[in-house]
Amino acid sequence: MPSFLNSRTIALVCVTLAGSAFAASHLSPEVSGAINARKAHMGLYGHNLGPLGAMAQDKMPYDAAVASAAAANLAALANMDQSTYWVEGSDIAAAGGRAKAEIWSDRAGFDAEIEKLAAAATNLAAVAGDGLDAMKAGFGPVGASCGSCHKAYRGPRP
Amino acid sequence: MRWRRWILYALLLIVAGLWWTRPVALPDDALAGLTGDAEAGAVIYAASGCGSCHRAPEATDGPLAGGRAFPSPFGTFYAPNISPHPTAGVGGWTDVEIASAVMRGVSPGGAHYYPAFPYDSYQQAEAGDIAHLIAYLRTLPESDAANRPHDVGFPFNIRASLGGWKLLFARPGWVLTEAPTPEIERGRYLVEALGHCGACHTSRNALGGPQTAQWLGGAPDPSGEGRVPNITPGGLDWSAGEIAEYLKSGFTPEFDTAGGEMVDVVENTAQLTDADRAAIAAYLKAVPAVAP
Ligand code: HEC
Ligand code: HEC
Ligand code: HEC
Repeated sequence: MPSFLNSRTIALVCVTLAGSAFAASHLSPEVSGAINARKAHMGLYGHNLGPLGAMAQDKMPYDAAVASAAAANLAALANMDQSTYWVEGSDIAAAGGRAKAEIWSDRAGFDAEIEKLAAAATNLAAVAGDGLDAMKAGFGPVGASCGSCHKAYRGPRP
Repeated sequence: MRWRRWILYALLLIVAGLWWTRPVALPDDALAGLTGDAEAGAVIYAASGCGSCHRAPEATDGPLAGGRAFPSPFGTFYAPNISPHPTAGVGGWTDVEIASAVMRGVSPGGAHYYPAFPYDSYQQAEAGDIAHLIAYLRTLPESDAANRPHDVGFPFNIRASLGGWKLLFARPGWVLTEAPTPEIERGRYLVEALGHCGACHTSRNALGGPQTAQWLGGAPDPSGEGRVPNITPGGLDWSAGEIAEYLKSGFTPEFDTAGGEMVDVVENTAQLTDADRAAIAAYLKAVPAVAP
C-alpha cells in the first residue's frame, strides 16, 4: 500500500465523503439552491461595499464615479425581491450555515431589516457622487443595517 | 468516641474554608480622595460594557433596568436593575458598595456575586476610573423594574460556594505579564480589565474558570451553538489597522460585518478614541498565538 494511504488519510477521506453525502442527501435542491443564492447575494453586498468603505475609511482617494457606481449596485441589490432565498428548512438546525430560526419565527422583524437596508442603500446611491462627506454620511446607515440584521438573525460561526 | 472528634475536625475545616473564602468587600476608604467625574465615567462605561448586559433585553438604550438572561452550564442568570432608582436599583448604595460589587464581586449584604458578572476582570481596574464610572451611573435614568431571581440549581445556588471559585480563578494579576510598550500596556488595561474580552473569547474549564493558557484562543458560544472566534495571532491574521477599524465600524477586511454579541461590543468600542482602539489592536498582536 502506498505510504500516503495511511490510516489517517483513509479516515479523513471517509469522514469527508460521509460529510458531503450527508450534506447532499438531507437538503433538497430547492433549499441548497436558496442558500447558495442568498450567500452569493451577501457576497455581492460585501464586494460593492469594498470601494465605498475604503474611501469612507480614508484608505483610498474619493472618486465620485467609482463611488456612484458601487452605490448604484448596492441599491439595486438591496431593492431586489429576496423572498425566495429564505425558504423553510434552511435555518441553522436544518441546514447548518448561519441563518437563525428567528428569521422564520419573526418574519416581520426580518422583513423590516431588509426594508431598512433598501432605504439606506437607495439614499446612499443618491448622495455617493456628491463629495466625500456626503458619501460618508450616507455610508454609515448602510453599514449599520448590515450589522443590525446580522446581530438579530445571523447565528454564531460553526 | 473517635468519630465525634472526626466530625468536629470536619466541621472546623468547613468553617475555616468558608472563612478563608468569605466575601471581602473593599475597605471603606477605597475611594478616599477620589472625585468621580461623570464625563470621564462615560468613557469607562463604554469601555467596560455595563450597558450591554444591564439594559433591558433587546434594548439599545434606556435605563439599566436589567432582565437580560445569561445561559450557562450552571443555570440561567439574570442581570439586575443597576439604574439609580433608590430602591429597585442601586441609587441607595454608597460609592464603596457599588465599587465592591464591581471590583470584588461582593454585595452590600456581604454575599458573593456569580462570575456571570465579570468582576474578575474589573478587579484590575483603577479605583479612580471606577469612581468616574459611578459618578456617570448616577446621572442615568431610573427604572423601577424588579429583579428576576436566577434560575440556578443546587449546589450552584449557594453563594458561599463561590468563594472557592474566586480563590481559584479570580486571582488578581495580568495574563500578559510583560507589556513591552505603553501602547500595549494601555491595550492590556482596556482588554483585560475593562473590556472583559476574555469572558467570551477564552474557553472555560468544567468549573467555569477561564483557561488562561488558551487566552483569547476562542470558545464555544454561550448560546450553545457555534464558536466565538480565536482573536490571538494564531487565529486572526488581520493587521492592527484592520482590527482597529473593526472595533470602530464593525467591518471586517472583506466588508462583512460583525455579528451576534460582538455587535454590542463594537457599539461600545466605537465610542473610544482612535488611540484606544489602536492600543487594543496592538495588545491583540502581542498576546501569545493560540493554535486554531
Ligand atoms: C435582512 C437581514 C440581512 C441584511 C440586511 C444583511 N445580511 Fe448579510 N447575512 C444575513 C444572514 C441571515 C446571513 C447568513 C446566511 C446563511 O448562513 O445562510 C448573512 C451572511 C452574510 C455574509 C456571509 C455569506 C457567506 O458566504 O456565508 C456576508 C459576507 C454578509 N452577510 C454581508 C452583508 C453585508 C455587507 C450587508 C449590508 C450591505 C448585509 N450582509 C446585510 C442577513 C442579512
Ligand atoms: C457580562 C454581563 C455583565 C457585565 C458586562 C456587567 N454586569 Fe453587572 N451584573 C451582571 C450579572 C449577571 C449580575 C448578577 C450577579 C449575581 O447576582 O450574582 C450583575 C450584578 C451587578 C451589580 C449588583 C446589583 C445588585 O442588585 O446586587 C452591580 C452593582 C453591577 N452588576 C454593576 C455593573 C457595572 C457598573 C458594570 C460595568 C462596569 C457591570 N455591572 C457589567 C452582569 C454583567
Ligand atoms: C459578549 C461576548 C463578547 C465579548 C465581551 C467580546 N467579544 Fe469579540 N466576538 C464575539 C463574537 C460572538 C464574535 C464573532 C462575531 C461574528 O460572528 O461575526 C467576536 C468577534 C471578534 C473579532 C473578529 C474576529 C473574526 O475572526 O472575525 C474581534 C477582533 C474581536 N471579537 C475582538 C474583541 C475584543 C477586543 C473584545 C474586548 C473589547 C471583545 N471582542 C469582546 C463575542 C464577544
